[in-house]
Amino acid sequence: MSEEYIVDVDNVTIRFNLASEKVDNLKEYFIKLIKHELMFQEFLALKDINLKVRPGEAWGLIGTNGSGKSTLLKAICGILKPYKGTIRTVGTIAPLIELGAGFDMNMTARENVFLNGTVLGHSRKFMQEHYDEIIEFAELENFQDVPIKNFSSGMQARLGFAIATMVKPDILVVDEILSVGDYQFQQKCYGRMNEMLQGGTTLLYVSHDINSVRNLCNHAIWIDHGVMKKSGPVEEVAAEYMSNNR
Amino acid sequence: MTAMIERINVLIRYKDLLRELVVRDVKLKYRRSFLGYLWSILSPLLIMIVMTIVFSQMFDRGIDNFPVYLLTGSALFEFVNSSTHMAMYSVLDNSALLKKIYVPKYIFTLAKITSSVVDLVFSLGALVLVMLVTRAHFSLYMLLIPVVIVQIYLFACGLGFLLSAANVFFRDVQYIYNAFTTAWMYLTPIFYPIEMLDKMEWVRWIITHLNPMYYYIQHFRDLILYGRFTDPAIFWGGWLFSFIMLFFGLFVFKKTQDKFILYV
Repeated sequence: MSEEYIVDVDNVTIRFNLASEKVDNLKEYFIKLIKHELMFQEFLALKDINLKVRPGEAWGLIGTNGSGKSTLLKAICGILKPYKGTIRTVGTIAPLIELGAGFDMNMTARENVFLNGTVLGHSRKFMQEHYDEIIEFAELENFQDVPIKNFSSGMQARLGFAIATMVKPDILVVDEILSVGDYQFQQKCYGRMNEMLQGGTTLLYVSHDINSVRNLCNHAIWIDHGVMKKSGPVEEVAAEYMSNNR
Repeated sequence: MTAMIERINVLIRYKDLLRELVVRDVKLKYRRSFLGYLWSILSPLLIMIVMTIVFSQMFDRGIDNFPVYLLTGSALFEFVNSSTHMAMYSVLDNSALLKKIYVPKYIFTLAKITSSVVDLVFSLGALVLVMLVTRAHFSLYMLLIPVVIVQIYLFACGLGFLLSAANVFFRDVQYIYNAFTTAWMYLTPIFYPIEMLDKMEWVRWIITHLNPMYYYIQHFRDLILYGRFTDPAIFWGGWLFSFIMLFFGLFVFKKTQDKFILYV
């Protein structure tokens, strides 16, 4: 692998087992074992995907629902392991696949900042230093000690975004998270993402809003049913994707 | 070797997460209850009183201080029972998170066992209380209690890893394990003396050779109730069970963890 790539996805295939019913109890397991029905009805969510990203580039991932965009992001974050091929990343990754994944609804905003921060791999000390900054960005100064089950979904999303983007990561992975939150906060989020891009962060961005992909990204990859259709400069790929869907 | 160092580094990196998860469990357990943490002491105390009333008539012969005898046994058994039951669900309960963010999966299992250990230490308060009331003898051997706690902690971790991994693939494990722990409880001399089984030679053999809880409880009682070093066979046997269980649990967990996400 050449060192110039920060994300190197090399011939990656990801396989799911789509067995007609999920076998998750022993009885069925044995029955199917005896009947030789324990076959894997395999489903390749991604087929031989290549994606080479240089530091500082912003890539948009486009494609219809179920085409494998999110699967690719999850594989890059290390959540899914590729069935074939290799994925290498350099540096820290901030995954914004779902805001506030890992929040405990019974705990207060303050406790959740620490819980979620450590889930992302930060130390407690680091979180203490950035605590005020997070609360300020999320505009939750008056709700710090309220259990977040009483928060609106927008408030939760704000807190989640603030925690996830507090650190300047090498790679920022964003999966259609900005649909919640009001317009003003969305603009604030785009602002922060742009700020990070200026600072040299690499962005991987999934959205159905082709215009936001055009605005944020300089490259794009179009995936259709697990197969890469086209990758390259964002305008070319977006134009072809749009004309194809017309 | 480098893989080992890498793993230790990951654990160090996520040690604060472990801490947060343990603090969360301990905090949430008694949130909104009136007496709060006092329940960690009161609850075993109440159970001990009930069981003493019921069983002291039956098994009192040959047991010097029945309340302490009972409490030493039930504290350890209750720890293994509740910690492994919670650990069994630890991966499934956090499935939403595991699908979204990369986190070492064993952290959740480890956190459940660890927060139960905190509970076990609290419940030793109940034990001290009962020892004071029954005027039991406090010996210096009690300083060795942490050895037993470490042994049983490693054992519970191993069993927890095994169960949490198995439960991802076969949800039946939950029901099987419920029945299993009930049998296990009766096959552990918690409220009866092991001598009672002299007539049933083979049952006694099974307990004294294959039941790890017998080793830990015997060790614990030797230190607290009888004020002496335990038998070397009990001491080393306990460590052996701990490490076999730990390595077996870790092995199974590590082998299967990449497939968790396809089943949760």
